Amino acid sequence: MSMEPKLGEPTSVGANFRGVDCDVHPTVPGMQALLPYLDAHWREAVIEREVNLESQSYPPNSPLSARPDWRDKNGRAGLDVKQLCDLTLDRWGSSLAILNCIYGVQLLMSEDMAVVLCRALNDWIAKEWLDRDPRLRASIVVPLQSVERAVEEIERRAGDPRFVQVLVLAMGEVPLGRRQLWPIYAAAERHGLPIGVHAGSAYRHPVTSLGWPSYYIEDYSAQSLGFQSQVASLITEGVFQKHPGLKVVLIESGVTWVPAFLWRLGKFWRGVRSEVPWVNRPPAEIFRDHFRLTAQPIDGPENGNAIERVLEHLGSEDVLLYASDFPHWQFDGDDVISRGIPERLHHRMRIDNPLATYPRLGLTVQAIKAGA
Amino acid sequence: MNAPTLSKPAKPARLQSNKLGLIDCDIHARPKTLTELKPYLSQRWYDHLMTYGTRHRHGFAKGHPYPKSQPANGARRDSFPPDGSIPGSDLAFMQAQHLDHYGIDFGIMNPLSPTGQGEQNPDFSAAMATAANEWQIDMFAGKDARLKASVVIPYEDAQASAAEIRRRAGNRDYVHVLMMSRPAEAHGRRRYWPIYEAACEAGLPIGVHVFGYSGYAATNTGWCSFYIEEMTEHETSCSALVTSMIMEGVFERFPSLKVVLIEAGFAWLAALGWRLDRNWKRLKAEVPHLKKAPSEYIREHFWITTQPMEEPEQPQHLMDVMDWIGWDRILFASDYPHWDFDDPHFAIPPSFGEQRRRMIFSGNASKLYGLEIGK
Repeated sequence: MSMEPKLGEPTSVGANFRGVDCDVHPTVPGMQALLPYLDAHWREAVIEREVNLESQSYPPNSPLSARPDWRDKNGRAGLDVKQLCDLTLDRWGSSLAILNCIYGVQLLMSEDMAVVLCRALNDWIAKEWLDRDPRLRASIVVPLQSVERAVEEIERRAGDPRFVQVLVLAMGEVPLGRRQLWPIYAAAERHGLPIGVHAGSAYRHPVTSLGWPSYYIEDYSAQSLGFQSQVASLITEGVFQKHPGLKVVLIESGVTWVPAFLWRLGKFWRGVRSEVPWVNRPPAEIFRDHFRLTAQPIDGPENGNAIERVLEHLGSEDVLLYASDFPHWQFDGDDVISRGIPERLHHRMRIDNPLATYPRLGLTVQAIKAGA
Repeated sequence: MNAPTLSKPAKPARLQSNKLGLIDCDIHARPKTLTELKPYLSQRWYDHLMTYGTRHRHGFAKGHPYPKSQPANGARRDSFPPDGSIPGSDLAFMQAQHLDHYGIDFGIMNPLSPTGQGEQNPDFSAAMATAANEWQIDMFAGKDARLKASVVIPYEDAQASAAEIRRRAGNRDYVHVLMMSRPAEAHGRRRYWPIYEAACEAGLPIGVHVFGYSGYAATNTGWCSFYIEEMTEHETSCSALVTSMIMEGVFERFPSLKVVLIEAGFAWLAALGWRLDRNWKRLKAEVPHLKKAPSEYIREHFWITTQPMEEPEQPQHLMDVMDWIGWDRILFASDYPHWDFDDPHFAIPPSFGEQRRRMIFSGNASKLYGLEIGK
């Protein structure tokens, strides 16, 4: 069914590698798109039971969910391979783009349904997107409803080098550091797949520790709180002592909250590290070695030098990854890179940092260069 | 049962070393034993306290979901009074070890337990809050004019809370209304508005101290494992409550309301304002009741205490953040007698400059709370 290239196989992309757009969203037109990837039982279940996976994290008509000038006559964006590639690759000048498909499979309560729909989603991505443009890469969407089945899905898709990451949401059922999830990290590390944590909630818990807020703007603003909790959990549980090769990419997390959070966690680590003795070095160091951040949105003022100062506070030029977050409305015109980010970082964000983060990308990039 | 303020002994002379003034915005006093509260409770509620204790929205009858790192609810090892009673319970020892030692001009007490805040039984919660308010005056504020009390309220019952605030209004021994950072719902929700109405009427700021148990998971992705995580999560609950108060329009309805965030650190506040502004730019049609950018509400209505002060790898970075938040919004707090106490001698480095240190140590709090220093 698919036309999976093998590692090292030349592709048709041009000579000059121009970098990677690390967060691009293909839109699932609706459940009918996934029907061809389900067996008869699940096809009937999806139709009869009117399964609908649009998530509250991105109400389709919300201004943030798609930029107005990218919406079609029905108000939708990101449905079309050509539109996505024309903008993210040709117009904004990248050689590769990583597809992170956000569709509410993580919200499902039934483990069985989540497993088959994750599988269908990944098969749909391969056939409808990856097979149609050789410059596209994707994340493996996994059903955290079952650790065992999530590992199975990683193993099932890992043979295809176009899948370069494992994708989970910022808010799930348990914090990501919890030991029950570690088999997923072992599988990811084994296959050179970073864990991509994307904004969004499985809605197992209210989006704040104070309950359900009244407004969507509170929901979207609470995303960065979830990311913060995930970083704290992954570091304090000792995931990186157990899996030193693992990288975690925070996608659509915002950036400016990170330094203050690390100062705070670092201070408490000095105070109560006897509780987590396996955390054998400062959290900020662990963060810089293992975490990466996509650079849209940049949640700071574009005027003045605040963003540049925050990046200095971060203390690393390795962590930022270029991303457009297409079709979410994070910027106007062609200002994919926030004006607050100094130019000297642009090349690193576009090329060096993504290649260092995604080892499987590097293998196919070598193929691109060899084939040029 | 309040002690008349006229009978208070005069404050001791200020220490020569304390040139900048010193207002400590977070001191934790507590009863030596539950029986200390007996004079302030009816027989029914005293019996209830002794029979069932306080019941919060978690499963531990005596302990905490995240056991603290130090004994006596996370106390400094050296803060036990000579008689071995619980830290913060002995006025003479608190005076010697803290108030006199540092030459503190004023100390604001934020009693944490047992005060009935977050208690599941609403009537018991209200009775305990009233008791805590009278006990603070009798045992501490009435005996040392440097110590100021909080109006403890049973915040899940806003009407009872408003009544408690009105009962204390006009008594200058109370300087703010105390809430915890994790009530059953976010602070902006309308169920809490009668509290803000009464606080504005009384001219009292709302002090929000971290902790409390909403009953929801401590993170929006479930229950974390460790105390170190619970500590970092205080920031997420405070971020959520600031967001909620702004987005619900609390400050449009109560333009004179002032909120002090206590023991949440402060470095995160600037980034929160930027994030909210950015999201508001796209989503403002959803919250048409906002008349200005979210960060402007933060700048006008929120104050923040220093402890536990974030520690960047380079101290200069903290000054960047203080520039962004506004030096006039930052209040010194020690958190005496808890283990993560910030020492006034070392917490605010001389590199900040005398004028800014004076603002943080005393000037900002003096202005906010109307506490006059040096008299």
